[in-house]
Amino acid sequence: MARQKLRSRLWYPWSTRMRRRRTLTAYLFMLPSLAVLGVFMFYPLIRAGWLSLTNYSFFGGSRFIGLLNYRNLIHDPQFWRDLVNTLYYAGVVTPVSVILALALALLLNRKGLPGRGIFRAAIFLPAVVSFAVSAIAFRFMFTPSIGFITYWLAQIGINVPDWLDSVSFAMPAVILVGIWKNVGFYMVIFIAGLQTIPKELYEAASIDGATRWRRFVNVTIPLLSNTTMFVTVISLIASLQAFDQIYVMTQGGPAFSTETLVTLVYRQGFQNFQMGYASAIAYVLMALVLILSLFQLRFFSRRTVKY
Amino acid sequence: MAVTLSESTSRGRLARQPSSTKRRDAPSRFGTAWAVVMATVASLVIVLPLIWMIATSFKPEGAIVTSHPSLFSSKLILSNYSGAWSAIDMPRLLLNSTIFAGGATVLSLTFDSLTAYALARLDFPGKNVVFVLVLITLMLPFQVNLIPLFIELTNFHWINTYQGLILPRATNAFGIFFLRQFFLSIPNELEDAARVDGAGDLRIYRSVMLRLAAPAVLTLGLFHFMYNWNDLLWPLIISSNSSMYTLASGLALFTGQHVIEYGLVMAGATMAIAPMVIAFLLIQRRFVESIATSGIR
Repeated sequence: MARQKLRSRLWYPWSTRMRRRRTLTAYLFMLPSLAVLGVFMFYPLIRAGWLSLTNYSFFGGSRFIGLLNYRNLIHDPQFWRDLVNTLYYAGVVTPVSVILALALALLLNRKGLPGRGIFRAAIFLPAVVSFAVSAIAFRFMFTPSIGFITYWLAQIGINVPDWLDSVSFAMPAVILVGIWKNVGFYMVIFIAGLQTIPKELYEAASIDGATRWRRFVNVTIPLLSNTTMFVTVISLIASLQAFDQIYVMTQGGPAFSTETLVTLVYRQGFQNFQMGYASAIAYVLMALVLILSLFQLRFFSRRTVKY
Repeated sequence: MAVTLSESTSRGRLARQPSSTKRRDAPSRFGTAWAVVMATVASLVIVLPLIWMIATSFKPEGAIVTSHPSLFSSKLILSNYSGAWSAIDMPRLLLNSTIFAGGATVLSLTFDSLTAYALARLDFPGKNVVFVLVLITLMLPFQVNLIPLFIELTNFHWINTYQGLILPRATNAFGIFFLRQFFLSIPNELEDAARVDGAGDLRIYRSVMLRLAAPAVLTLGLFHFMYNWNDLLWPLIISSNSSMYTLASGLALFTGQHVIEYGLVMAGATMAIAPMVIAFLLIQRRFVESIATSGIR
């Protein structure tokens, strides 16, 4: 910082005119971004807060109703059902993805594993393809008359109903697809984390006679804790915003059993056009995500583990 | 992060000794074989849906709708592709996705890097305020803005237009943050040398910063392109006219309406994911590395 000050003094004589010019230059550089952020980010953000205090309907009028939307929300069984659905989704997807991703990272970080790059690429592949488009394939795969999932399960003696038409099986199907999409992505972050652990620590543990399991528990787990927290938090944030595969596979059905908060915002806002009410739901969603994001920021800045 | 990563690995490599510990650490042949089996199974399970998608796109409808669904059919046809080309209007979807993702990427890279330059290399009042605003934007779920944005763009008469689709994506808080970190790491000496030669800020931005950051800018561009190409919710809301649908929204809506033509839809889906899959396979190493170090998707 001191150096930056000194440099500025060297190149820019310390006159008011020059300082003003420098400030002008900086803001000209930032003008396009700030304009876009202002018009399409901050203004809508404030507008959403205002909308949530009105009974705005896209085709009707708009009247200020104070906190009535939020009060209605608390008494709305739909909201609670969808909040529970969202937590169910996040509560399964996150731990399963994190554990699977860690297991895969350990497997594919093995020294001398042939074809390591190919395996990593294959497992990472779902992260680069469109979630909506791949969910179409999943929707067909879960459909009994065309997909093989029900058929193959029946072959080995497991009889399941039509997944996407069943109140109890639709959510697990959507969850499986959610895990499929992200596990490779989290695996790659874990591999990067594993590679930051100094090899000396494992060697020291080996010399002390630690078994492979002991080395995993006493070296890998503690030194990877920051990465694990980071992955857990970004997975929770992504889970709270689940939408794509649900829209494609079930549209929130059957009987709203897979409707999450974002799908509820979509339905209330763009199908029922209750945009004031939908904005209130969106603000609740934002509050949940912001709380998690603050955690994320903490772990992001501390990702370089001190040994 | 990238620096710490390489430092610690090289430190580890230097310290590794060919001593008795090596024997204990050396992977056993049985263990390796077991690991290969596990990795093969995991990879196949993950790739299976995509393989099924591609395989189905070459099957006649009769082989798709059957009481004994199998992965591959004995009869392969290409007519699903020509069918998708006309029935789903794939050329239009491909064009729209390319304009949307390409336009958003080019604008966002330009705007992000300009802002990142100011935040990283210039000194001005209000700098911290701007940076905090960027960080806040980074944390907001974009669904919050969906409804007011829709109303705003309706008032602009920008629904079903490319500018309506692209401009709200013309800057990206993560891009600004990512490039700022990169520009901060560029040594002052290079900038000083350029200033001695009489270069202004715009020239330093272009010929020093952007040139040195070219790999980072390219990686970021790839992320921007992928993010927009794959996005569903935003194009779904901003276009109500089939001539403005992107691949993701167009295929999702087509599937909702015509569930009978499975082969057609799978052919369309294969064409929709092909560009990303090919791009990924071509530059996978850098792709995976930069994701690992930055933690973005």
